[in-house]
Amino acid sequence: MPYDFFVAPFAEFEFMRRALAGALALALGAGPIGVFLMLRRMSLVGDAMAHAILPGAAVGFLLSGLNLFAMTAGGLIAGFVVALLTGLVARATELKEDAALATFYLLSLALGVTIVSVKGTNVDLLHVLFGNVLALDDQTLLLIAANASISLLVLALIYRPLVLECVDPGFMRSVSRAGGPAHLAFLALVVINLVSGFHALGTLLAVGIMMLPAAIGRFWARDITLMIAIATASGIAAGYAGLLLSFHVGVASGPAIILVAGALYVISLLFGRVGGLLRQLFPGRHLEA
Amino acid sequence: MRRKALQGRASVRTRRQVMAAAAGGCLLAADFWAPDPAAAQGRSPGKLKVIASFSILGDLVKNVGGDRLEVATLVGANGNAHVYAPSPADARKVADAAVVFVNGLGFEGWLDRLVKASGTKAAIIVATKGIEPLARAGEHDHGRSDPHAWQSIANARIYVANIRDALIAIDAAGKAYYEANAAAYLAKLDALERDVRDTIARIPSERRRVVTSHDAFGYFESAYGIHFTAPQGVSTEAEASARDVAAIISAIRQQKAAAVFLENITDPRLVRQIASETGAKIGGVLYSDALTDATGDATTYIDLIRHNVGQLASALAS
Repeated sequence: MPYDFFVAPFAEFEFMRRALAGALALALGAGPIGVFLMLRRMSLVGDAMAHAILPGAAVGFLLSGLNLFAMTAGGLIAGFVVALLTGLVARATELKEDAALATFYLLSLALGVTIVSVKGTNVDLLHVLFGNVLALDDQTLLLIAANASISLLVLALIYRPLVLECVDPGFMRSVSRAGGPAHLAFLALVVINLVSGFHALGTLLAVGIMMLPAAIGRFWARDITLMIAIATASGIAAGYAGLLLSFHVGVASGPAIILVAGALYVISLLFGRVGGLLRQLFPGRHLEA
Repeated sequence: MRRKALQGRASVRTRRQVMAAAAGGCLLAADFWAPDPAAAQGRSPGKLKVIASFSILGDLVKNVGGDRLEVATLVGANGNAHVYAPSPADARKVADAAVVFVNGLGFEGWLDRLVKASGTKAAIIVATKGIEPLARAGEHDHGRSDPHAWQSIANARIYVANIRDALIAIDAAGKAYYEANAAAYLAKLDALERDVRDTIARIPSERRRVVTSHDAFGYFESAYGIHFTAPQGVSTEAEASARDVAAIISAIRQQKAAAVFLENITDPRLVRQIASETGAKIGGVLYSDALTDATGDATTYIDLIRHNVGQLASALAS
């Protein structure tokens, strides 16, 4: 029965509905952010930032347990500090942005691990490393949804400078000074999306729901709007299918979502209209006519 | 402590076999490095050396044997006898012992090989002899009958009687002593059973339904009328999948369980979610297969039962 397979798990269990809502909100925010990261050749920045926010969240956890507010605040502070310091160093010195980010996120990570080891046990930290999409309470859901809303609103505001800077940074600098602030606002969005991602999926997988859909979108569209739409849609599809997989097969939910996104990515890699492998091997027939 | 932790983790059957084989091979070597401090210190010549396979049985044996025995346990406090891997030191303990008390009913699957490997001449006493075994609820790795017989106090009385008779058979000089100890302990068990029944009688009968992640309480259920359900496949310590959580929630709904004991789900957020979705109360820890060490709250069999009943009563109270 298709209903039993596709709908019943969500109709019957509240935790599944919550997980679906969380995954949906996450994909809405993370999709566009991932696309911009990818287009700006900052795909690994997400990963570095995830490592940078982890210690902040861990410190929040150590101070007050699995407290949403403390962990969120800790993650945001650590992420913003690293992002700001990186921007400052890149602008004020010879060091390039990627090198500056590398130094600061590694320092943040080392500091976090040190603080945790001084405080004692690190067993419970597993809960920080791997959030649980099956355990989203009202507060956490609101946080994720609020983060997604903020992300979409701010992206709408800075969309033009952001796109322009992706496409032609030189031209952007010559016509406007909005590039710098837009860049900083964008980094802030990366941080808040990673923070909401780690509540649902954990820090490590939060990057996955950001970057994999973006890479999928890249294989199907040249147009940036369409690319964002496809990325968001595939993020939502991965969330839904991953939860179904976890429900029917009995594998852990967070990894299941990312693995479904990975499968979509492999399909796109092979069959994608834009630069997919099969397209390259067998170029379109319309050119021959 | 550290050694126990390592042993507890060794869960693979092949590893168990390798260890048992090694136990035989290392028997000579074990004499030289004597890794067990307890065996090295308290070796008073007059005492009868006996072994109990796990901590709960060890406590019962101590209560009957008192000062005449030197009791050692193979699977110690907090250990898991289901997945135990015997060490060379265990083979040595068994080789030195006059009596080995085991639970039987397929509880200690690793024991036969250990006994063989140790070459011991000790009498092997099955403490559950004469107990009416219950069928196991789910498929598990130890036979068809449920080995957790000690969860009913009536059965514990049979354990005690078996232990007493076995000790008298081995050590006739202590007959009066063993009989007196056993009688005193049986009186304590009677008092315990009265308390348990009183406590459970105060729980409204429609609330005597519990979902656990252990299926070790079959004897408790049939003796005291608290209904336990353990959803299948929820005994893993890995991250719970959506299917696991759904199985737990379905079980709670079907059983209309008033409380749920989920000690092996370690993520408190997930436990809260299950509670809020079902309205069931979240209970604490129920001890099933082992006593706790001195820092815990179930250092003896009587404490263990009292602890479990207390947990059940407070979770099920309306």
